Amino acid sequence: MKRIGIDVGGTNTDAVLLDGGRIVAAVKTATTEDVLSGVRQALRDVTAAAGQRGVQAVMIGTTHFVNAVVQRRELSRVGAIRLAMPVAASLPPFCDWPEDLAAIARGAVHMVEGGHDYDGRPIMPLDECGVAQAARALRAAGIDCVTISAIFSPLDPSMEIRAGEIVRQEHPEASITLSHQLGRIGLLERENVALMNASLAPLARKTIRAFEAALQEAGLSAALFVTQNDGTVVRAELAERFPVLSFASGPTNSMRGAAFLTGLKDALVVDVGGTTSDVGALRAGFPREANAVVEVGGVRTLFRMPDLLSIGLGGGSIITTDPLAIGPRSVGFRLLEQARVFGGPVLTTTDVAVAAGKLTLGDAFRVADIPARLRDEVLALAGRMLEEAVDRMKTEAAELPLLAVGGGAFIVPDRLAGCSAVLRPAHAHVANAVGAAIAQVSGEADQVFQGLSRIEAMAEAERIARANAVTSGAAAESLALVDIEDLPLAYMPGGALRVRARVVGEVAA
Amino acid sequence: MRDLTLDDIEALATGAWVLGTGGGGSPYLALLNMRRLYAEGKRVALLAPEELADDDQVAVVSNMGAPLVSQERLADSASIARAVQLMEEYLGITFRAIMSVEIGGNNGVKPLLAAAELGRPVVDADAMGRAYPEAQMTSFAVGDLRPWPLAMVDPRGIEGIVAKVPSWKWMERMARKMCVELGSTVANCKAPRSGAEVKRWGILHTTSKAIELGYAIQAAQREHRDPIAAVLKSQEGLKLFTGKVADIERRTTEGFLRGVAKLDGLDADRGHRFELAFQNEWAVGWQNGVARVMTPDLICVLDTTSGEAIGTETIRYGQRVTVIALPAPPVFLSPRGLDFVGPRAFGYDLDFTSVFPS
Repeated sequence: MKRIGIDVGGTNTDAVLLDGGRIVAAVKTATTEDVLSGVRQALRDVTAAAGQRGVQAVMIGTTHFVNAVVQRRELSRVGAIRLAMPVAASLPPFCDWPEDLAAIARGAVHMVEGGHDYDGRPIMPLDECGVAQAARALRAAGIDCVTISAIFSPLDPSMEIRAGEIVRQEHPEASITLSHQLGRIGLLERENVALMNASLAPLARKTIRAFEAALQEAGLSAALFVTQNDGTVVRAELAERFPVLSFASGPTNSMRGAAFLTGLKDALVVDVGGTTSDVGALRAGFPREANAVVEVGGVRTLFRMPDLLSIGLGGGSIITTDPLAIGPRSVGFRLLEQARVFGGPVLTTTDVAVAAGKLTLGDAFRVADIPARLRDEVLALAGRMLEEAVDRMKTEAAELPLLAVGGGAFIVPDRLAGCSAVLRPAHAHVANAVGAAIAQVSGEADQVFQGLSRIEAMAEAERIARANAVTSGAAAESLALVDIEDLPLAYMPGGALRVRARVVGEVAA
Repeated sequence: MRDLTLDDIEALATGAWVLGTGGGGSPYLALLNMRRLYAEGKRVALLAPEELADDDQVAVVSNMGAPLVSQERLADSASIARAVQLMEEYLGITFRAIMSVEIGGNNGVKPLLAAAELGRPVVDADAMGRAYPEAQMTSFAVGDLRPWPLAMVDPRGIEGIVAKVPSWKWMERMARKMCVELGSTVANCKAPRSGAEVKRWGILHTTSKAIELGYAIQAAQREHRDPIAAVLKSQEGLKLFTGKVADIERRTTEGFLRGVAKLDGLDADRGHRFELAFQNEWAVGWQNGVARVMTPDLICVLDTTSGEAIGTETIRYGQRVTVIALPAPPVFLSPRGLDFVGPRAFGYDLDFTSVFPS
């Protein structure tokens, strides 16, 4: 099967064409302001090099949506309907958003009676008239992006679903995000994700349509998929509904690509850029996820993001002496004018690496005066910084291989304490596009079960996860369970059990 | 009496989380409520306990329930205020001020919500000086003060009174049953205390202590100084161990989070091992197998770099942490105090010895 993987990063748009497990073509072009022309260019370059015949799938990873939130661009006004009254009334939707972002996204807030308790009883019966009134008010105000959030909807989504039907009836043009489709336990964080998603809905529609048009222009009749935070892909039409699930595709794709290029499934990965090194852990071929609150553009969320540790060590990090320190400041993209090897005034890690013969770049003569002792001390300090970062990311004492990728990977020493080996795969510079190209489809369930035995609850969770994967575009027969965990909820009566299951499989042809 | 600024309250939230000694729940939702109340123009005054007349009545408030449920049902300033009013209606009294039962964690900020809604001051005191997992682990219980009545409020207009019980333990059982029936999160106004009782049995000046602690951490973070040193200086604490989390074992039993965290030493402690046992909060610490620190001394585990407290629910492998001890309130150091909150109350067959010279 031939696939094209594209990763749209902040600086570069990378593309690869894979035939089975073989990389047939790899190209790098500059990311463009409108994203789309860069993608068009990448598609042209990669198909020119390898032909478009037989390409069955195109996988695109993009930072476009998360950047829209961070930079407060192209966001739409959202109408929030919360089903919870009279509970939680003092902390309405948007209550913990930065004011500048709330001012753009907060269209209207309606709080009506509804929601469930942890034991499945309604807090209050759903106020259907209240929902209908809210929907009519939103329609009259010209607010087309709507969220519906209810207390404990991840346990019982029925009220959000019913309210969604009412809104669709009263306000047919609305695009509706239900909080249980996106989040976990934690009302504010789940609601925040839904609000962001709704605010991005028009931009997502526009962007995905443009990607589809770009495929057509390139003469590709392949299915379009978009990469997700967790390293898997979903069909474009689903990604269009849930743009927030594509937020962290960059680092995830890079780690997945590194795993593919080395054939390792359990390893640590360090991606060294110009300013920072991001260290992550691969478990069963997927990035380990952070188990904590993640802030996006200043908003608290509970996204499933890869667990990354970022340290201020990169190829452009500025070196200061007395006492010796590397970074966290960096010359960044101005390396070509600021670094000593390019005739600039600033001593950077790149200069030291050139002086030490670890890298050929610029004019080595300009760094010949760096004392050998300083050179060795800088390299040793960089090694210690990486050792500590790697050690923090390990969840067990056993040694694991470290995969070094990214433009600054030369700073990673060949041996690091706690690592069984340091590997530098070929094609490491397009690891992110490779990660997109090889992505599988996943499905997840995360629910509280009551009145079922542990075995029954786990089987039911797996069944739900499989159904979700097929909806996302997976071939049912290829699905395999990759992760299942159960957590007894001791303070809940009736033997309640929270089960989380995740399956992955191949893209359905 | 002095007015608290919003900066004071932000510092209180940071300090209360440290005094939570690993538990007590995050003060984040209570802090969000306070930001909103202050934006609406409401203010809270802090009343020194010495300013209370002996016959003043003080409301003692707390939130009861499961942390996971609070993450969904959030915290509502109106409910905690209503619990105070319900107690006033039931007893036919007017409270002079409001205080916290537990300065550590979420309940450290909770009385401010009621105080802002009702326009009453908050007393600079609590009954634990930290966080503890059970209702009888208070200085009021050590003082054998009356455990009843209790007022409980759910925002759906459900209000309950536990009129009389023979012991603190019975109060815990009755209140817990009602709390579970209401969805496992309720606002409580506990047995009222007279001004004389607060002054005799309260743990005094803990609100201002938490504020001072929060400011010390925030200033150190802002100025890139060592926040651990700032905490120790602010609270006359002792640094016990610097290390890295090497292993963590957790289990949920009888509604409590229990377990052990194992640390490998770094820097001056390299080559040494430290083990910390917890029941919601940190309870006992062993260095190289020898008991080194135990409740009621306050055991706090802080992120070595940021100085922020690390909870027993969120600590994980690889974190760089520093274990410190802060002095226990003297009321818990008596033989009767140790019966309530000493190592044996948590199931450890150890005679209490403090890390602080007596």
